[in-house]
Amino acid sequence: MGGWLQLENLGLTEGGVRIVADVTLEIGAGRTAILGPNGAGKSTLLRLMHGLLKPSAGRVAWPQPLSQGMVFQRPVMLRSSALANIEYGLALRGHAPDERRRRAQAALERVGLPELAGRQAKRLSGGEQQRVALARAWALEPQVLFLDEPTASLDPLSSREVERIVGEIAAAGTKIVMTTHNLGQARRMADEIVFIEGGRLLEQTPAAEFFRQPRTDAAREFIREEIG
Amino acid sequence: MNEISASLGLAGELIAAGDARLAAIVGLSLRVSLTATLLSCVLGMPLGALLSVGRFPGRRTLIVLTNGFMGLPPVVVGLIVYLLLSRAGPLGSFGLLFTPAAMIVAQTVLITPIIAALTRQVIEDEWREYREQLRSLGARRVRVARTLLWNARFSLTTAALAGFGRAIAEVGAVMIVGGNIDGVTRVMTTTIALETSKGDLPLALALGAILIGVVLAINTGAYLFKQWAERRWG
Repeated sequence: MGGWLQLENLGLTEGGVRIVADVTLEIGAGRTAILGPNGAGKSTLLRLMHGLLKPSAGRVAWPQPLSQGMVFQRPVMLRSSALANIEYGLALRGHAPDERRRRAQAALERVGLPELAGRQAKRLSGGEQQRVALARAWALEPQVLFLDEPTASLDPLSSREVERIVGEIAAAGTKIVMTTHNLGQARRMADEIVFIEGGRLLEQTPAAEFFRQPRTDAAREFIREEIG
Repeated sequence: MNEISASLGLAGELIAAGDARLAAIVGLSLRVSLTATLLSCVLGMPLGALLSVGRFPGRRTLIVLTNGFMGLPPVVVGLIVYLLLSRAGPLGSFGLLFTPAAMIVAQTVLITPIIAALTRQVIEDEWREYREQLRSLGARRVRVARTLLWNARFSLTTAALAGFGRAIAEVGAVMIVGGNIDGVTRVMTTTIALETSKGDLPLALALGAILIGVVLAINTGAYLFKQWAERRWG
């Protein structure tokens, strides 16, 4: 058991519907992509891992406690400036005002938006908001960053920028777990693929192997349809 | 129709004359109701926010109570506050009965549930939008309530205005706890009631027109300020 995150018979049933069913897996890779068709339960699985949802069966085990952050499909900005949005997370962690300002500005620079510091976050474009959301998560220097379809509502240019930033966050040592239904993105960004369908884990395969020769028919079918 | 136009004319004359007694009555109305609104915001907004994001025993009961108390009859509130503040009552030693302070207390009791209930509604919508993000960042409930109150500050002006509108328009509570004493606790609504019972309908109507004018002016001012603030800081 070398993984830093272990799921044991994890399940979530809501209103009689099984959204995640009996998932047992261990995540040890630096960059993991959870792949699967719409409605497969990817986002729910991610929320269970992050602790936003309580499992109705099984458990999520962290062999060592790791600090976590999450970026959502649609960025949620507070009604304040971009900089203040990033500082907010730092304030919750108890950082002093000077330190907050310094780290928030550094984070904005890393996502390439230092000039937007004083702008109203809610008035920024979707792509800019997502980059501020990434800066907000990054400023907290999490050991694990969960990303739920981070580019699904963005144009190609913004998507590339988000991928670049996530790549840098990973390169700086943060472990990444992201959901996506975008094969190209999974191929570009992941070391390992977790493929789920109907709430069940179908395979967990190193990325190179997954795209060359998936182990299950469902994954093969999924790849064919997505490329098709 | 004649009566109404005559009253509007009279209202104009009263305002133009800059009558000191009228100014004092309008001033007291505003002072009492604006103070009550301020106090109710300080009490009701945090309460409303905690009712929407908090988890504590009795939460549902409190939600039903605040909703129900939105329709408290002013005379009943006046009566209860009267009993509390009267010489023999539990708060009698403060000597507040028949003072503007007693009127502020009564109006605060009257509109705090309104502001709390409307705030709860606004913050509940905010909570739905921000819940996952704030929990992911590690915000605890009290902090969440504070954050969302500030985040919803522009929408909450409507809750404050609803409370103010109710306060300045009511007559029953201030009549009972204030006593409508000339020059001390006489406000616009109690004056209107008095002049009506004396049969001076044109004067009563003229005062009514001024009251509506004041309420409209305050709402317009608040609306313009909200628009400006939203553009500036929104």
